[in-house]
Amino acid sequence: MEFSIYRFNPETDSAPYMQDFTLGDDLVEPGMMLLDALLLLKEQDDSLSFRRSCQHGVCGSDGMNINGTNGLACIMPLKDLKAPIVLRPFPGMPVIRDLIVDMENFYHQYREAEPWLVNDSPEPEVERLQSPEDRDQLDGLYECILCGCCSAACPSYWWNPDRFLGPAALLQAARFIQDSRDEATEERLERLDDAYRLYRCHGIMNCTQVCPKGLNPAKAIGDIRRTMLKRSV
Amino acid sequence: MTLTTRKFDALIVGAGGAGLRAALQLSNGDARVAVVSKVFPTRSHTVAAQGGVNAALANVLPDSWHWHMFDTVKGSDYLGDQDAIEYMCRAAPKVVYELEHFGVPFSRLEEGNIYQRAFGGQSQHFGKEQAARTCAAADRTGHAILHSLYQQNLRARTHFFDEYFAIDLIKDDSGHVLGVIAFDILSGEPIVIEAKTTLIATGGAGQIFRTNTNALSNTGDGMAMALRAGVPLEDMEFVQFHPTGIAGRGMLITEGARGEGGFLINDQGERFMERYAPNAKDLASRDVVSRAIAIEVRDGRGCGRNKDHALLDLRHLGADTIMKKLPGIREVSMTFLGVDPIEEPIPVFPTCHYSMGGIPTNRDGQVVVPMKDTPEDPVPGLYAAGEAACVSVHGANRLGGNSLLDILVFGRAAANHILDFLNDNRHHRPLHQDSVDQALARLARWDRKGEGEAVEPLRRELRKVMEDHCGVFRTAEVMQEGVTRLHKLRERIDNAVIRDHSRTFNTARVEAMELENLMDCAMATIVSALGREESRGAHSRMDFTDRDDGRWLRHSLYSLQDDAMDYKPVRTQPVTVESFPPKERVY
Repeated sequence: MEFSIYRFNPETDSAPYMQDFTLGDDLVEPGMMLLDALLLLKEQDDSLSFRRSCQHGVCGSDGMNINGTNGLACIMPLKDLKAPIVLRPFPGMPVIRDLIVDMENFYHQYREAEPWLVNDSPEPEVERLQSPEDRDQLDGLYECILCGCCSAACPSYWWNPDRFLGPAALLQAARFIQDSRDEATEERLERLDDAYRLYRCHGIMNCTQVCPKGLNPAKAIGDIRRTMLKRSV
Repeated sequence: MTLTTRKFDALIVGAGGAGLRAALQLSNGDARVAVVSKVFPTRSHTVAAQGGVNAALANVLPDSWHWHMFDTVKGSDYLGDQDAIEYMCRAAPKVVYELEHFGVPFSRLEEGNIYQRAFGGQSQHFGKEQAARTCAAADRTGHAILHSLYQQNLRARTHFFDEYFAIDLIKDDSGHVLGVIAFDILSGEPIVIEAKTTLIATGGAGQIFRTNTNALSNTGDGMAMALRAGVPLEDMEFVQFHPTGIAGRGMLITEGARGEGGFLINDQGERFMERYAPNAKDLASRDVVSRAIAIEVRDGRGCGRNKDHALLDLRHLGADTIMKKLPGIREVSMTFLGVDPIEEPIPVFPTCHYSMGGIPTNRDGQVVVPMKDTPEDPVPGLYAAGEAACVSVHGANRLGGNSLLDILVFGRAAANHILDFLNDNRHHRPLHQDSVDQALARLARWDRKGEGEAVEPLRRELRKVMEDHCGVFRTAEVMQEGVTRLHKLRERIDNAVIRDHSRTFNTARVEAMELENLMDCAMATIVSALGREESRGAHSRMDFTDRDDGRWLRHSLYSLQDDAMDYKPVRTQPVTVESFPPKERVY
């Protein structure tokens, strides 16, 4: 099986290049994921660099651009991919080395969304109650693994990564706006009510299309906008 | 070369649940705290925990912390320390309510309380009816907890060293631990992080086995650091094999699947657990269920073409329950097997899951070693919590839902003790240059060029040796051969080389240093297993099939120096209640 992989080592390379790799057919097993193949390729060349950890799509380490689409290598079946498999780092993020990108801006925008529950009422000695219906509102929002596939697929984020929060951070914002236990809804909406932070989303929907967890940041952003609208009338 | 040096009151190595719970307590307690993690915090392996966290909230069925304690002691096959178990079970409701206040999106019951499900080894009234004690956020509880804890730490402005790899502890001649030497994976630059206290919360060492449910990053780094600092590891022979890993692959299918009503079948379609555990059936303790599956397969009743696994049947639960309560495992099953559990049963086989053993601590999280007076003298400045530690609440077999509880209770307890320690110890002790130099030499060792074996094939061989020689069923002969092989592997690892010598984000170097850590943990496991001539909990000896309380109701202590074994008594005396004396264990 043939691979074409983006290589760049800032210590030795003046410019990035694509390198061909071949994985012997004897090593390709049924049910294999792209990450399994990458680990074998790393045995051929231990300088091939990528992040990975849990191997089943919950830690969010191994996001990359796979045949032109962002995804997680560990849950991407090899058999679904057209060879040669072309692997690149996330678009729109600075490359540190090979498939590893600098995600600091992504994390910064996540922090900007203030993704923590705010409830300054006196704490009961037991749990705060939440109806199953209210809890259902968090489904599709809280499961985000911060892999970055969505924001790295968003043209608005590519163009304004410093000012537009991006789909991942806005999904987090929605998760706390929706949470019936959170008391900072008003402040959250206030902070988002900005031409860039929220409103740079142009509904391109790449985020929803690539999310490896099947989440829908575009809808979450639409919901925030609707809440915003209701608040202004 | 000038070395970057940073100073903090408290240092935490590892950003999983134990590390982040401790960090939050310390930050809120106004200590200057730093967390070092080789991965971005939310990528720590706590994120993969599925089923839930145990606490006797009695939201669904009657419950009490005392019943929880009984179940945990029994589950541990009486090897757990009963003072620590009492402490944990009493603290459980409080730490779960705290989590809820931190924002964890627990699933909810009709009245709005936290949802609780049945898990293995849980009972009401000290061994009677099944209990429902496991608090869950669907089957993504670990994810929900880890993200919430990270978020609260952001709010509390905890200082994070993300993607820094801790090499070794700094320890002075008087035995005080003064921090760690780490390196920044991004730049490759080493850094000295001095701290008045150091908490090891680096998780387990599941990667010592070929088939496991663990992340690739679970390489026992903290355990190995402790060993190299002269701290023995406790009860390392007790490795939990989770009954329901995806056959041949290892991905975890939560016990919650059986808690919701799923059951195991063999090739006859028989619910075989009825024979092994007439009362608890599929919700017997994990060691019992894992052995039962292994026996079914060994005796020719396995399923599939190679008759090498059992089937976990969830079909009768219906699409609604599966989609609402078990969406994550449905996703895993469909991704890795193309099997939708709504329509087909899932092929499963016991898979290495959890290290019951680890760095010995007391219930304040202080690392304790045999030094002068007792087997439990604290190492000044050193703490451990979570899977890296052995406090010991799990003894010879951990109950499902008790690991998330362990990390929260003892991460918090360690932080509280650290706050006291900081009150009494206001100043940093002088840095100990020798141990800094040693750690730097370990780092520089991988700059060696020339001929030598590569890291990955050695890692694969190590994992295979452990699977073949220290698996579910063990004998002296087979383990002895495993020890011999590991000794040879250790020498080969000493001579291994990596080809990549660049500074920037050198993952080859990280993996090489992880391999050294795996080696030490594997040796600790097999040497401890060879030493223990009885069967107890997860440790099953074909040549010593019975539990032997007369000789073996004691903890193993493995030291790196000469691979020596030592032992210490089990703390059978709880804090306030009466001791649960050892009994025959039936489910």
